[in-house]
Amino acid sequence: MTLPLINGTVDDVTKCWDLTETDLERFREVQQLAYRCAETTAADLEAGVTERQVAKRMRRWLQDQGVDDWFHLPFAWFGDRTAFRRFRQPLQFFPTNRKLEDGMPFILDCAPVHEGYTADIGYAGALGDNPALDRLLGDLAEHRTLIVEQVRERRPLREVYEAVDTLAAHQGYENRHRAYPFRVIAHQVDKLPPGTGPVVGRFGLRSLRWLARTTAVGLRQGWSPLWNDTRLSDHPPTPGLWAVEPHLGLRGVGAKFEELLVVTDDDAYWLDDDLPHVRRSAAPAEEVPT
Amino acid sequence: MTATAPTRRWVTSHDVDLAVDERGPSDAPTVVLVHGYPDTSAVWAPVAERLADRYHVVTYDVRGAGASGAPEGRGGYTLDLLVDDLAAVVDAVSPDRERKVHLVGHDWGSIQGWEAVTTEPLAGRVASYTSISGPGLDHVAHWVRARLHRPTPRHLGQLLRQGMRSWYIGAFHLPGTTLVWRAGGARHIHHTLVRLGELPKGSEPAATLARDGALGLNLYRANVLRRATRPAERRTDVPVQLIVPDGDRYVTPALLDDTARWAPNLWRRDVPGRHWLPRTAPDHLAAWIAELVDHVESGEATDPPSLRRLRADAAPVVVVTGAGSGIGRQTALSFAERGATVIAADIDGDAAARTALLCRDLGAAAVYHQVDVGDADAMEALAKSVEQDHGGTDVVVNNAGIGMAGPMLDTTANDWERILRVNLWGVIHGSRLFGRQMAARGDGGHIVNVASAAAFTPSRGYPAYATTKAAVLMLSECLRAELSGVGIGVSAICPGIVNTGIVTTTRFVGVTDGEQARRQQATKRLYSLRGYGPERVAEAIVRAVDRDKPVVPVTIEARFGRALSRLSPRLSRRLARLDPTGRI
Repeated sequence: MTLPLINGTVDDVTKCWDLTETDLERFREVQQLAYRCAETTAADLEAGVTERQVAKRMRRWLQDQGVDDWFHLPFAWFGDRTAFRRFRQPLQFFPTNRKLEDGMPFILDCAPVHEGYTADIGYAGALGDNPALDRLLGDLAEHRTLIVEQVRERRPLREVYEAVDTLAAHQGYENRHRAYPFRVIAHQVDKLPPGTGPVVGRFGLRSLRWLARTTAVGLRQGWSPLWNDTRLSDHPPTPGLWAVEPHLGLRGVGAKFEELLVVTDDDAYWLDDDLPHVRRSAAPAEEVPT
Repeated sequence: MTATAPTRRWVTSHDVDLAVDERGPSDAPTVVLVHGYPDTSAVWAPVAERLADRYHVVTYDVRGAGASGAPEGRGGYTLDLLVDDLAAVVDAVSPDRERKVHLVGHDWGSIQGWEAVTTEPLAGRVASYTSISGPGLDHVAHWVRARLHRPTPRHLGQLLRQGMRSWYIGAFHLPGTTLVWRAGGARHIHHTLVRLGELPKGSEPAATLARDGALGLNLYRANVLRRATRPAERRTDVPVQLIVPDGDRYVTPALLDDTARWAPNLWRRDVPGRHWLPRTAPDHLAAWIAELVDHVESGEATDPPSLRRLRADAAPVVVVTGAGSGIGRQTALSFAERGATVIAADIDGDAAARTALLCRDLGAAAVYHQVDVGDADAMEALAKSVEQDHGGTDVVVNNAGIGMAGPMLDTTANDWERILRVNLWGVIHGSRLFGRQMAARGDGGHIVNVASAAAFTPSRGYPAYATTKAAVLMLSECLRAELSGVGIGVSAICPGIVNTGIVTTTRFVGVTDGEQARRQQATKRLYSLRGYGPERVAEAIVRAVDRDKPVVPVTIEARFGRALSRLSPRLSRRLARLDPTGRI
């Protein structure tokens, strides 16, 4: 396929589609590890624990498993912070001393790098019962299908973003990924050279640098590794690995998933289907009396 | 209702002869109405007449008032004696001790009522009690103590407000006040109350007012200080209906906030009005009394919907039209988040059902109705079913609307009919039917009509849409004036550019289908980029109801448009010549 390139080819920056099966297998392993971390941490959550404590637990768990670098350090959001209510600036994403209470929704988000292979995952749940969250999780499955189908059709990423918005509005949810920096629903990741690096403002410097460089090149060539609903994303899907994170909110309850989408020249598929939010069956429909 | 002369009988209690009047069939349930100070049983006449065709209605002049005798000295006016009087009247008019009576008290009559349902003499004889503007004296003392014990700013405010309205009680303890009543003060006080709007215009003072006013001071002198300093914990299991007028000059609504502590089986009806409801709102008052009497007589364990909504834990009932998407859906969710019972109406039944489902996820009760707001019969059916199932509506949000853009000269008659039907007739039906329902019920409510910034921002770009919205704005303003006296608030909400589905369904007249789709898509992007979510309008709607705001422009462009239309209509007209749809 041809990309709307101005100078050179995409090869200049990224070799994503040159990833071998072995590479993809390594990405899959890191993603499994990250989800295992989220599931283990979620299973141990108790009322009274704070976001900071939980973020630290995830960090330690991943480091014990050999994680040597980060796309970003783990995040944890509790209660209405899962829907990014009244978030105005990036520091508000950072873990706080908000305590988990019974019935509260939570989101765990971690992005470990292991020997250069990055995962970026999001895991939503609730301590005890939360019907709104159950429905959100069930409905997020539709978005998972929608996204991969539309990318497969090679619709411009901006339009895919808008389709997600339309579906969310139809379902009655707010698009909360627009609260992320640059309103992104996804960003690209790639294989980094094995190694480790400093963390700046909770983000791994090596990953940030890669992203900045890729963005710079992309901008010149008419595409962007940051997928949002602006003109910059008005291009067909760029081959590579995309960490896709649709984030929906119903008032004070937010839910998301985040996982890697493999985009090739003529196809797209989710890197792994054996993930908690995929295994979970959609919530059964409920009758409302008139 | 036929006004028949009451039958008079005399009942003697502790050597005082009480003048007792009876109306209506003697085999019907007995309702005893006790008057306050400085009234006589005449204050109840309009209500008694309205109740007399269905109930055995009893009124009497309490000791020291009207035709009844008066004891010597203030010691003859203690609440114990007053309750004994009431018991003697009840025994006389309803000798069958198996049959309980329904008690209603106003002002000091209500204070006596509280005493009666919490003490021995009438134990087991009262089936229900309706209390109007008169808290139990011991309850008041506990209310004050509770607030002094926890002197939060809110509590202190309540104390201050009540204190400012209770100054006269202190004055009544001064020696000179008896003389004031006797020496012609009575007429003056009566006319002052009429002038203040407390009593209806043209009402004449009772012939015995001077004597009643002077003797009745003993009610205060014999009881208030004693109960204030040594309050007892008086409780009752009798079903109690509190009727609380919001404009009571003597009893603030907050003074009754702790009543459930003493009477757990409680309904509270907050209503618009002043202190003398028996005189100013006899129709409503009779209906409210009858509602409780009928319910208690029926022996049903569960409340009918009309009473259920008066329970402390009852959720307000909110009807939202166009609740299947956009501002309507978000408004439903905003009210649901605050615990309201939501009735989601939309022409798209599935979308309305989805909204109801989401409301339930937020913990609220919710149902949906598929309804075309432009269809008078369908709207009538909706109003009727809401009344039947939920006992009426507290808030109705007439939100359903469609968009239309393009030149006036290209707008066909069909286009006009279509947009008028939804945007204007929908609001007319909603306001008319639910407004009438609220007014008939008498305890207030709120109507919200969703207009638009287009209502005051003329433009060649959307003449049909702006016309309908301007009409909605004016309708709301007029209706607000009309309903101001009956406690029903009306708000017009005027949102500017809000990112909702209305854009994708807006009809652009006078262009090809392809151009239509292109404009819809382009407008949608513009609206999305503006990024003002419908949930923010929903919050503005909730605030408008809370604060009873008349007109609420939402978004900066709406506020700007409104300011411009007032400050410089000329500039507003110039800007109207720009064609916003031509540029997208």
